[in-house]
Amino acid sequence: MKSHLQFGLRPRTYAEKKALWGFVCVLPWLLGFLFFFFVPLLTSLRYSFSSVDASAQGVTVRFVGWSHYAEALTINTSFNRTLFESIANMVVNVPLIVIFSLFLAVLLNQKFIGRTAARAIFFLPVILASGIIMRLDSTSLVQAINEANAGANIMNTFTSYELAGMMMEAGVSETVVDYLTGAVDRIYQIVSQSGVQILIFLAGIQTISPQLYEASKMEGATGYEAFWKITFPMVSPLILVNVVYSIIDAFSTNAMTELIRDTGFKSFNFGLSSAMAWIYFLAVSVILLISTFVISRKVFYHD
Amino acid sequence: MLISRWLSIEVWKRRLWSFARLVLIAGLSFVILYPILRKIATAIKDRTDLYSPIVVWIPEHFSLDNFRKAIEIMSYWETLGNTFALSAMTTILTAMSCALAGYGFARLKFRGSGLLFGGVVLTILVPPTTILIPVYLNLKDFTLMGLVPLLTGKSVNLLNSYWPFILTSMTAISLKAGLYIFIFRQFFRGIPKEVEEAAYIDGAGVGKTFTRIMLPNALPAIITVLLFSFVWQWNDSFYTTTYLTSSKVMSIQLSSLPYNLAILLTDGVNSRADPFYMSMVQDTGILLAILPLIIIYIFVQRYFVESIERTGIVG
Repeated sequence: MKSHLQFGLRPRTYAEKKALWGFVCVLPWLLGFLFFFFVPLLTSLRYSFSSVDASAQGVTVRFVGWSHYAEALTINTSFNRTLFESIANMVVNVPLIVIFSLFLAVLLNQKFIGRTAARAIFFLPVILASGIIMRLDSTSLVQAINEANAGANIMNTFTSYELAGMMMEAGVSETVVDYLTGAVDRIYQIVSQSGVQILIFLAGIQTISPQLYEASKMEGATGYEAFWKITFPMVSPLILVNVVYSIIDAFSTNAMTELIRDTGFKSFNFGLSSAMAWIYFLAVSVILLISTFVISRKVFYHD
Repeated sequence: MLISRWLSIEVWKRRLWSFARLVLIAGLSFVILYPILRKIATAIKDRTDLYSPIVVWIPEHFSLDNFRKAIEIMSYWETLGNTFALSAMTTILTAMSCALAGYGFARLKFRGSGLLFGGVVLTILVPPTTILIPVYLNLKDFTLMGLVPLLTGKSVNLLNSYWPFILTSMTAISLKAGLYIFIFRQFFRGIPKEVEEAAYIDGAGVGKTFTRIMLPNALPAIITVLLFSFVWQWNDSFYTTTYLTSSKVMSIQLSSLPYNLAILLTDGVNSRADPFYMSMVQDTGILLAILPLIIIYIFVQRYFVESIERTGIVG
């Protein structure tokens, strides 16, 4: 093994050997990255500027400039609406998911009877709420009729109605009330999308040293104060991580990806589909950049 | 003494909080478990109970007929075997390649490794839809830089086989592989350098250090990645429906279940199947599809819950 590596004249130093091995370790990934990611990415960019004909003879590509982009944004009937809807959905849901998962992580970190069972249940959505199951679930008729029978729907609207009335009377602005009651009504959607985020926050909270809490307790801080002065700043880097993860997750499967796929594989308009995918990618990047910029200014780093 | 304890505000505050916590956690657990319980209740019902107003949870006429129908339509056992083979294969290959890459990025720095890690982050950020079409066309006429036509004379069509999954998971670029590389890298960075140096002084090479020292220490990370990758591959409909068109795999069977159901349950041309009954069998099908995952989860959840705390995703 050793002689095999020493094809140079002088024996390699430890650092050099490590660098060589590092390259060997990364090599499989690098090949995959080039063949299945980087080249396709560039090809997709090229396709978006050209008309693509896939026939039995192979693929013929003709440059057409910006026309696919213009078509997606001005002619295609559903693109703008779908793009706007998925972005609006994301903007509404991501803050809720992050706040909710931080709250639950704090809760699940406390000691109480049945904590292991509760944790197991809260991570269950990581397994169940992905891909096809989620999509079929939303169309289940039996679920709907059962809910109507059991009066769950009536109960639901009733509670959030009461809540809305109370908050309105307390003088909270209408948009805020709508947002919060909407969150109550979509609780399952939010719970089922926050599994991984709870895991990340929980892991983060457990790295905070207990001395900090002890010291603050000695000084007379309440649990509420300890949360805002210790837990919150200490996990703030993870808030950034979770916001990024939630955004990516929200964008990985939604109506937009469906539309892009259908354009590509049902109407075989590869050029238009690539153009849509690139507009979509750019929109996602802009949102990620803005949110990263805004949050990272507030983040507290220990070192 | 006892009375002063009863009157103390502190004690009451704590009791009130634990009660509020209990209510919250029980309520949210119910929200999560509700759809599953509902599905179980629906699946064991007889068709006659569907419209009965007195049946909410416990059926009046218990029957396994729904299961029989769903198993028949989905060709369940064959599908289960295929899905299990596919998921297990990609999971193991992905975990191996991602562990290697993660170790390379974490500990074996070489010129340009920082730049390449930027590439990993890019694979996480770019939506898979963006590169879908070129990858699809590439796999349809697979040439591997013109190597395959040299050997066999023409390009091969890799679609509708397991090869796309094997190739992408071997090269750590499969479903969410960037995330797994990230997890492994963070974890390996958390293992003290001294351990590695001690192994080197004792005569272990880089390869031996990795297999004998680093991997056994990285067990929590390995379990996390294995579980995530298995589950996500099992549920994935994005890549599966693109790469495989006619294979009997769970997510494809599920996505075509409503259609197949309509064909089977419609007797004649004019008579339409009862949509509620169809939905009932469909719910049973979903339950059957996630059942293996739930069984696996019951066994590994304690490792999962414990290990995630030590994976160092947090870094």
